[in-house]
Amino acid sequence: MLAYVARRLLQTVLILLGISLVTFVLLYLVPADPARQIAGRSATAQTVENIRQQLGLNLPFYEQYLRYLTGLLHGDFGRSYLQKTEVAELIRSRLPASLLLMCGAIFCELLLGLTMGVVAALKRGSKTDNGLMIVSFVGVSAPQFVIGILLLYVFAVQLGWFPIGGYGTFKHLVLPSITLGFLGAGWYSRMMRSSLIDVLRQDYIRTARAKGLTRAKILFGHAIPNAILPIIAMIGIDIGLFMSGIVVVESVFGWPGIGQLAWQAIQRIDIPIIMGVTMISAFAIVLGNLLADLIAPWVDPRIKLR
Amino acid sequence: MSAVEVSPAAPVAAQRGVLGRLIRRPLAVFGLVVIAIAVFAAVFGPWIVPHDPYEQFFEGLSLEGAPLPPDAQFWFGTDLVGRDLFSRLIYGARTSLIIGIVANGLAVFTGSVVGICAGYFRGWVETILMRFTDLMMAFPALLLAIVLAAIFTPSLWIVAMVIAMVNWVQIARVIYTETRSLAERDFIDAERAMGAGHMRIMLRHILPHQLSTIIVWATLGIATTVLLEATLSFLGIGVQPPIPSWGNIIFENQTYFTSAPWLVFIPGAAILLLALAFNLVGDALRDILDPTQQGHH
Repeated sequence: MLAYVARRLLQTVLILLGISLVTFVLLYLVPADPARQIAGRSATAQTVENIRQQLGLNLPFYEQYLRYLTGLLHGDFGRSYLQKTEVAELIRSRLPASLLLMCGAIFCELLLGLTMGVVAALKRGSKTDNGLMIVSFVGVSAPQFVIGILLLYVFAVQLGWFPIGGYGTFKHLVLPSITLGFLGAGWYSRMMRSSLIDVLRQDYIRTARAKGLTRAKILFGHAIPNAILPIIAMIGIDIGLFMSGIVVVESVFGWPGIGQLAWQAIQRIDIPIIMGVTMISAFAIVLGNLLADLIAPWVDPRIKLR
Repeated sequence: MSAVEVSPAAPVAAQRGVLGRLIRRPLAVFGLVVIAIAVFAAVFGPWIVPHDPYEQFFEGLSLEGAPLPPDAQFWFGTDLVGRDLFSRLIYGARTSLIIGIVANGLAVFTGSVVGICAGYFRGWVETILMRFTDLMMAFPALLLAIVLAAIFTPSLWIVAMVIAMVNWVQIARVIYTETRSLAERDFIDAERAMGAGHMRIMLRHILPHQLSTIIVWATLGIATTVLLEATLSFLGIGVQPPIPSWGNIIFENQTYFTSAPWLVFIPGAAILLLALAFNLVGDALRDILDPTQQGHH
């Protein structure tokens, strides 16, 4: 166990190093001249040259990378070209909003996905089952921005139940969470369905039924807890979906998180911010996968450590 | 299926049965019909559009300068500058399918080559290729595509390239896992003992076994590609206006969605239907081509 954790940790560190290298190579390839961007259009050649010196942009590639890496290790993601602020500071101030949104989304996708999956599995082969599986297909096929705008149109503009975007109260959280969670709900419902169908076929369920337990007791006491285990282990992997999803969802709802930060940076080609958000996201995904791998054998002892 | 008897011709012979079994599934038929309509619109677009998709019609805007809702002349209404939405959607089908096919074709090709090489050669080839795949997997797909799109000036082909660079990873993983178990089987050893070269073994004996997996992933992958293209275009870094793409039509008109909802929801429905169609067909193909997966559905 300890050897396994140590090996996974080492792998994680190597992957993070690799990510920083790939991110930096991409940053290096950008045709826009950051020094010129910072100095502005009217700056003299001398000013631009000074800024270039200051940022170390005239150093060879590996030295620039080492500087970048040392910065990262100190939590320094560089400075935004246009906002003249530390990227790390911008991300730190935006992160809580994004985390809140992700919590909401996880809640929505588990609630929707697991309920749909359980109902579909219990009514396997029926019209309800087919209908739910079509809904889950729609969930994984629908572009998130369309879902978001549709929810806004129906529930905020037409019905007036929720505010049209923004941040602050619980009501603001509902629509973006559903939008972000809908995709995952599609996956979870299908996994939950097949997992529960597998479990319901097991001998111990038949034993429980033979003992005379009620349907509800069998379902909630034996079947569902066992069927959920493999799915809980997947939540870590969800982080990847969320990190892509928040860019879209936050821009649709005007949610002030790191996704919106990235989207605004895209519009102005503010590379350090895009890079910072990418690094943070990749970081979150790697940690999510690590967590999923470490948790999986703990919630489901049948999974063996490799 | 006995491994030794399978010749490269076997999957081809099985395909006739595949189409027959496909059309017995209502959802797959629905998917095929949607795909057929989209392909028809993409191929014959210039001949079937009722209006020029680039022309800004004078009568395409109301007296106040607002876009027109769907009517007899403009079937799906007009956009903010008075262009016919229906005609733009038909041209958008072309954009979506070109990117879907080119980007996904590239991704499937790259993924298969990487997966088969890593799974067959093992050793340092495997280490380098699969560690790199792991690395790419750690990037959030959309953000990586955004960074790439920001570096290169977006055009139709660049967008396709960017999507391919992001999407080959999953296919590589799947093909790798399957090749690995396949490469250890006796009939591959037998081939090698008879003097077959690496190329011959990979192309004639490993690739045919992966064909069904590749077909399934190629179909499902188009759905992902269509969605990613729409999302990039919606964010303004995909296909650039005035070339119509379903995503950039929504991007151009989204601020007016309260007064002109058709400009967002009709293209949105088109994206959803096309992605749904490829997902439904891909899922049905998986059930048919891969019997081991059947218990899960």
